Amino acid sequence: MGHGGGGALSAELIEQVFTPAYGNPTLAALADSAVLDLGGARLAFSTDSYVVRPLFFPGGSLGDLAVNGTVNDLAMSGARPAYLSTAFILEEGVELAVVERVARAVGAAARAADVTVATGDTKVVESGHGDGVYVTTAGVGLVPDGVDIRPQRARPGDAVIVSGPIGLHGVAIMSVREGLEFGGEIASDTAPLAGLVAAMLAVTPDIHVLRDPTRGGLGASLNEIARASGTGVRLRERAIPVPDEVANACGFLGLDPMYVANEGRLVAFVPPEHAEGVLAAMRAHPHGAGAALIGECVADHPGTVVVATGLGGTRVVDLPLGEQLPRIC
Amino acid sequence: MKYIDEFNDPALAHRLLDEIRATATRPWALMEVCGGQTHSIIRHGIDQLLPENVELIHGPGCPVCVTPLDVIDKALEIAARPGVIFCSFGDMLRVPGTDRDLFRVKGEGGDVRVVYSPLDALDIARRNPDRQVVFFAIGFETTAPANAMAVHQARRLGLDNFSLLVSHVRVPPAIEAIMTAPGCRVQGFLAAGHVCSVMGTAEYPELAARHRVPIVVTGFEPLDILEGIRRAVHQLERGEHGVDNAYARAVRDQGNQAAMRMIEEVFEVTDRNWRGIGRIPASGWRLTDAFRAHDAEHRFDVTGIRTEEPAVCRAGEVLQGLIKPTECEAFGTACTPRTPLGATMVSSEGACAAYYLYRRMNAPAPQGSRIPQEEMNSVG
Repeated sequence: MGHGGGGALSAELIEQVFTPAYGNPTLAALADSAVLDLGGARLAFSTDSYVVRPLFFPGGSLGDLAVNGTVNDLAMSGARPAYLSTAFILEEGVELAVVERVARAVGAAARAADVTVATGDTKVVESGHGDGVYVTTAGVGLVPDGVDIRPQRARPGDAVIVSGPIGLHGVAIMSVREGLEFGGEIASDTAPLAGLVAAMLAVTPDIHVLRDPTRGGLGASLNEIARASGTGVRLRERAIPVPDEVANACGFLGLDPMYVANEGRLVAFVPPEHAEGVLAAMRAHPHGAGAALIGECVADHPGTVVVATGLGGTRVVDLPLGEQLPRIC
Repeated sequence: MKYIDEFNDPALAHRLLDEIRATATRPWALMEVCGGQTHSIIRHGIDQLLPENVELIHGPGCPVCVTPLDVIDKALEIAARPGVIFCSFGDMLRVPGTDRDLFRVKGEGGDVRVVYSPLDALDIARRNPDRQVVFFAIGFETTAPANAMAVHQARRLGLDNFSLLVSHVRVPPAIEAIMTAPGCRVQGFLAAGHVCSVMGTAEYPELAARHRVPIVVTGFEPLDILEGIRRAVHQLERGEHGVDNAYARAVRDQGNQAAMRMIEEVFEVTDRNWRGIGRIPASGWRLTDAFRAHDAEHRFDVTGIRTEEPAVCRAGEVLQGLIKPTECEAFGTACTPRTPLGATMVSSEGACAAYYLYRRMNAPAPQGSRIPQEEMNSVG
């Protein structure tokens, strides 16, 4: 299971199994979405599978995730998402009403994200061979001229901005899946981020890196960017927006909010001269209202993410190995 | 949660640090007993902020780290059996046994489940009357009451299919063992606040007097730890060696009487092996004869276990505070969270894991990963 957790084991699986099998220059970039040159147009293309349990949770559902996840992967290349495909894998015995509910959620999320579900597929597997419903989506979108967003473009001096409070999706899922209550209703942050990205690009097309920190959380995403660009990242712990409910839950379970999944957040690396403008544009957008400047990209400690603690010490934020495990006491 | 900010206040922290700096005129070595404290110290960089003459030595208080190899191997064997649902706290799943871990058993088809409380395991037993449900009952005094309650409830509800694999350990005998070990440098202890919130402080005055060491009951937030250090240094400078409660908001001297009664009803004191350290007299609990029917070791007759620790691993010395994790030759090379040789590298509260995770500046890519830098942006 650790290989699906979005940490070092996931990266290893891709590097050791899939990249050698498929090897080509486009794939080697291994971004959230591939940017392809097709007849003069720059097309972003991405696919992802969604296997969340439970299918419905506070703030969203499998259907929302399946749309928003792929929309966001496209948006992280700066693309304007246009078309999606959906492939449903249904487990024999799953109630039709459940499938309908997921499908309606897909439709609603697609309308909210302003994308069209243009094609799809359905398969049924035997009872016991699935988890109710799995959904795979793929999507395409157009990358505007002059936009070149990828992890390798992080530069020392870049401002590191997160679009809002972290950890809500992961904690919301845990609260319903494990029957834990952490005081206060916690809803997933799942949301389509292409509109937010468009607002940021309107300030400057020269945004260097965008990433939606899903599995593995903010910590994993920043490590990937640091390693891809060969730069360091220095964060200020007190500037990172961690909601009380998330801090509470993580404290209880011995988890680090830095590694808890998000579904409606992005982290941006922006040239320092544009940081204020981009931050203001983000805060003016509904999906970026809680945006915060959390640190900067540095030439020191290349490939490593370091956080200045509230007390004035420092520590490394490493790439998590796999999924975090709740501790004993 | 308001208290998190309150106990992280930088201004207060620096006032405490100034006071520690002004008080400490000689070199002092303090041991924080609990792995949770070690984790907090390293995570917040407290050791970097202390004056050079105040050294923190990391203690054996990580229950995952000290669970002996033969018990891990027994857990692995039981978990692999058909018809068994093996329940554990999450952080035990990656702890290496002699040749595999619980994750591997799960991957090979064993029904291994992560639970957040032994009562969750009890509920699983209630809903699966045709299966044997085993809960891995490890930990210090903090987890013992809930585990005792679970087996007590199982008895009351007639859940014959529920049992505990017990490896409970007790802190005071460990302090005794550390103080009497050759080469011990510890001059004062920060006692684990959570343990004392259950057991109180009754066992400490005699220990403090006999070994002439201050024992300060300490919490887990940064300011708690700094206050504990301040009080310990204060005692040392004055030549005192008493028990002091710096965690009064959670700890009463008499402890939690109801929890202690529950432990006494279900468990009895026994000698225990501590991984990396060895046998410590009267340092653990086992189920009493009255609850023998719910003892997984008895029920599953797990015998003939042969264990083998990696020769290069120095986790035992780390656990006793004799060396820092970075002084072990295997640290960060042969031994990483990806390829842990000892439990101190795999547990979230282990000292080696804390150093590996938080202190590797200019670190190369993790061991075991051959991913070129430009290809590390792969998960989404």
